[in-house]
Amino acid sequence: MVSARSVSVGPSSLSYTDLPWIIQHREDRCTLCGHCTAVCPKEAIYLAYRRQRMPKLDVLKKSRGNEYRTFVGIRQKTNMANACIGCSMCSMVCPNEAIMPVPNTNEHRTLFFHNQKGQPQTRGGRRNVSGPNLLDRIMFNRISMLTDPALDAGRHEFNLTTTLGRTLAPEEFLKRQREGGWIPPTREIFPFVIGSMSFGALSPNMWLGLLQGVAYCNEVLGIPVVMCTGEGGCPPWVLKSPYLKYIVLQIASGYFGWDEIIRAIPEMQCDPAAIEIKYGQGAKPGDGGLLMWFKVSKLIARLRGVPEGVDLPSPPVHQTLYSIEESVMKMIQTMSTAFGHKVPVYPKISASTSAKSVLNNLVRNPYAGGLLIDGIDGGTGAAYNVSMDATGHPIASNVRECYLDLVAQGKQNEIPIFAAGGIGKNGNVTQNGMALIMLGASGVHIGKYIMQSVAGCLGNEKSRCNVCNVGICPKGITSQNPKLYRRLDPDLVAERVSEVFMSISTEAKKIMAPLGRSQSLPVGMSDALGISDKDAADRLGIKYVC
Amino acid sequence: MCRLALKTAIEPFSPYEVLTAMEAMQEGYDGSGLGLLLRGLNFDDFKYDSKNPVLSGIAHSEAAWQRLNSIMEQRGYELQYDHKFETIPSLVEAKDRYRYFLRVYKMPAAFAEKSTEEIEDELMLTRLFLRANGEENGNDLTAFSFWPDVATIKEVGWPLDIGNALTLHDNRITSRVCMAQGRQNTNYGINLYACHPFFIQGIATMTNGENTAFVPIRDWLLGKHYPGYMGYQSDSEVFAHILHYTLKQLKLPLQAYKHIITPLKNAELDKHPQGVFLRGLRDVCRRLIIDGPNAVIGTLPDETCLLVMDHKKMRPATVGGRDGAWAIASEMCGVAAMIPDRDPSLDFQPMREHTIIVPPDRKELTIWSQLDPYPLAQVA
Ligand code: SF4
Ligand code: SF4
Repeated sequence: MVSARSVSVGPSSLSYTDLPWIIQHREDRCTLCGHCTAVCPKEAIYLAYRRQRMPKLDVLKKSRGNEYRTFVGIRQKTNMANACIGCSMCSMVCPNEAIMPVPNTNEHRTLFFHNQKGQPQTRGGRRNVSGPNLLDRIMFNRISMLTDPALDAGRHEFNLTTTLGRTLAPEEFLKRQREGGWIPPTREIFPFVIGSMSFGALSPNMWLGLLQGVAYCNEVLGIPVVMCTGEGGCPPWVLKSPYLKYIVLQIASGYFGWDEIIRAIPEMQCDPAAIEIKYGQGAKPGDGGLLMWFKVSKLIARLRGVPEGVDLPSPPVHQTLYSIEESVMKMIQTMSTAFGHKVPVYPKISASTSAKSVLNNLVRNPYAGGLLIDGIDGGTGAAYNVSMDATGHPIASNVRECYLDLVAQGKQNEIPIFAAGGIGKNGNVTQNGMALIMLGASGVHIGKYIMQSVAGCLGNEKSRCNVCNVGICPKGITSQNPKLYRRLDPDLVAERVSEVFMSISTEAKKIMAPLGRSQSLPVGMSDALGISDKDAADRLGIKYVC
Repeated sequence: MCRLALKTAIEPFSPYEVLTAMEAMQEGYDGSGLGLLLRGLNFDDFKYDSKNPVLSGIAHSEAAWQRLNSIMEQRGYELQYDHKFETIPSLVEAKDRYRYFLRVYKMPAAFAEKSTEEIEDELMLTRLFLRANGEENGNDLTAFSFWPDVATIKEVGWPLDIGNALTLHDNRITSRVCMAQGRQNTNYGINLYACHPFFIQGIATMTNGENTAFVPIRDWLLGKHYPGYMGYQSDSEVFAHILHYTLKQLKLPLQAYKHIITPLKNAELDKHPQGVFLRGLRDVCRRLIIDGPNAVIGTLPDETCLLVMDHKKMRPATVGGRDGAWAIASEMCGVAAMIPDRDPSLDFQPMREHTIIVPPDRKELTIWSQLDPYPLAQVA
């Protein structure tokens, strides 16, 4: 046995089998072109030289010996900082199919070392829980066929829009109509909204592609899609463009970007779709936004009105205000006033057992234009792993409870509830969204699904990729480094946006047609839902089916 | 499928006429129930003053009958006339029918002080009280309507058999308006209250088809916490309540009903002269949008009759007639059976944007289109 001192093994030493992803490299195919090592966002692989022993046996001469040659190939690093994230970029660029990351099915030791230098793990992505979620298991089972021919999704006319913004009680509407009073602004939008992803979190190419795609959906396809900026402002050219009407501007606790926005108001050609005030986020309740210094480029610094290359944490709460009630009331009113009471203003909160009290506050606030509730499965560009995995509340029961609370008060048409958090987590975006709509949401916000479907984001809930927070996004989606984001062609992103929304719109019709619904979105049509889980059925007030 | 028939005529006629017309439409119908609503009442053995309310329903036991009498007495109503149906119980499937009642009451003297609205509320609350009382006592008392000049009969079984069981052909009761619905037992269980026509404060509707948006509409109406918005044993009951809400609560003109249940499309609203108002109305009443397929036939206290379709217009309904007598039915043959002496080439089948009105003078049809200007002045 060798003495321990001569082996370089420490408490944090890892080997290939300890890592979540193991690189398989085939020497026989590799041409040493270097593409993989160049593209790897983690510098996880390197060109390695090894001495190789070639046993030599000469039977006739009855002699044995060795020959040595130098072998050149790709090897994987085993330290935490450079552990492979399974993004597969190396495979994508390899001209010869010589390299591929393979998931390690064994438990992996890295789980215990995400705390080096006293720093807990931070990452992007979603709660690391995979497999079908509750929404995936909901079935639409009230098929209209006893007395009626079911509708034809391809032939009949469907009305797939929803209202964003407060609507008055009919009596109050007529009164104000008679007296010339203020009628709160509303928007008629597609119920699947591109949820808040900030201009700092996303690369300029991603943002441009989304905006182009959204404009195409509205102006060419007639699908009134809107998208939300997230915290951190909006490029001035967009603020002054006619595309602003497709944009929901978000204000959050850091107030980043709002100098630019307020200054641009006099020059705006149209009103924004809405203002979203972020109080919480499903992926990391109780935590503010976090833009790490790597991502604070010159452009982002200018937009946010901060110096370049500094960390930009937003406080967990809106510091200037005393309580959520006061905050919600004052901020909503202030924002509504800033835009001449012509733009709906609504708060976004993380799903929580206390969501109902916020909702009831909004019911009494005449300027509140809705409530967006973001569930625990929501995505984020940067958060502590523990917040993402363990903090928050699933969206379905939270939305259902809030909706039923409004129903009891007869206010469900007045304050629209929007739901977010894990919609399309397993690809079933329309099914998940429509299930939430039938549970009572007026519409849903989708973020991570959009990144995955329109830009090919590689992240998943088995710890794949999810390095959005450190500015090394291999697809150029969440990076401010031009070398990386040039990989993403905004035109192709725009094309994908339109493909995705066309397909959601067709699928929504395919869901509504057999239920006999076409004239209005089936908000709260809970009689159409079933699930083969008795407890979930009871909790949601839908049918148990088996 | 449900079968609907409505006849309205200047000359009172027997409800039995409408029941025989329904026989013409029997194809594809399972005869699981009948609902009849009469307006413009005439009794051959009583001179009826149409201001006095009529209570219609069924007492299923003697005890219920006694309770009914004492409740009405306690609330100060004085019995004026008690119509005694000649019944042939063997023709009715149900065996717990102690008495079908149709009784005219005189309102309490104290009502003289009350406003019309207060009186209307009191009449509705009395009906609801009787209904609740029956429900508390094992459903032994069923109260369908309590309103001036309205009589309602509902029973489970084949329509003509029920007519025979109550000897409706004896002409002892006639009326100027008769709504009849042969109910198809579809998705909801057989229940007397689930028979159309549905009635609330003088407003009655009956429907064929399926109301696919029933649950959200019901939830919204229940949220109004208005005592009359209850029941919902049938998905069609909401059509009567929406009409009531439009006319009585919002106090909007009848034209608004169609704009609420089937609003125009955005592109049509953009071109409509009152598009801005109608878009606002659509948004605030969004939860009342019906999704059909349905044909809704309704009648109002002034004997106006109406017919509207849902937006998809996947249910049939025809209106036809002549000066003085009109019929609306879910099948053309129903119209022919009720008014044979009309010009059938003038029969009309409404499109998705139409509201058909037979006004009380019964001279000619009025056809409103949603694309026409909306009488906004009446709102302001
Ligand atoms: S999969 Fe990604 S992280 Fe892993 S080696 Fe390949 S490029 Fe690098
Ligand atoms: S591909 Fe980019 S955006 Fe997607 S998980 Fe990886 S780093 Fe994040």
